[in-house]
Amino acid sequence: MRNDELPIAGEDDIVRSRQRARDVARELGFGMVDQSRIATAVSELTRNVVRYATDGRGEVLIRELRSPLGQPGLEIVVQDSGPGIASVDEAMREGFTSGAGMGMGLPGTRRLMDEMEIDSVPGRGTTVTIRKWRR
Amino acid sequence: MARVPILRVRDLLVATVQEDLRDSDAQALEVDLGLALERTEAAGVIIDVSVVEMVDSFLGRLLNDMAAQAKLLGAQTVVVGIQPAVAITLVELGLELRGIRTALDIDRGFTLVRQLIRQERLRGTARAQ
Repeated sequence: MRNDELPIAGEDDIVRSRQRARDVARELGFGMVDQSRIATAVSELTRNVVRYATDGRGEVLIRELRSPLGQPGLEIVVQDSGPGIASVDEAMREGFTSGAGMGMGLPGTRRLMDEMEIDSVPGRGTTVTIRKWRR
Repeated sequence: MARVPILRVRDLLVATVQEDLRDSDAQALEVDLGLALERTEAAGVIIDVSVVEMVDSFLGRLLNDMAAQAKLLGAQTVVVGIQPAVAITLVELGLELRGIRTALDIDRGFTLVRQLIRQERLRGTARAQ
């Protein structure tokens, strides 16, 4: 079972993270469109870390999943110890932007995946977990 | 990673985007394109993204900006070769890129950009009369 961990410390890591996520998705048998969705979602989330987290640092975990019915899936966790999101509900609203033009970041990412959870504590950091199941 | 090369083909500029651009390389392309347009006074720009497997909101918005910038500098832009998987992702992401003209491949891109340049010139002539 794949279980990769990558650091996020700069814009090169946005590229590395989305490439790794795509590679794992391909290995797990996801099709071209899902590979594109997954790579794009990872790109959006890791860019948020580089832009908004303290020192632009965080990490990405890429994990292979297996549902109780044996369906393969991919879980990606992007976490940082940045300023956090004051209102997750607001951040999930269409057109919301915290000022730097990421208005479609989170709702858009949500639409690309099957599941998304955001856990954020102001002043402590943000963890976004996304999942995609292979059809 | 190398910058995106911009080739001049008669009165057009052709930029072929590599596989997976860093944000700063994409931003550099926008600046380089502006400088090349100023220098060459090209009438059209073709941005070939046929090998690009991922366009996120950052790159998508930048492509829009490049087309808008080129327009202000008197040039028409056509983005060619968007992969089907990328097109689906962009729409789901909520980025329909209404500001850019697209063509399936570079061949059709040349035809479309020529057409746009012609239209623009006709409009200019009509205004002058």
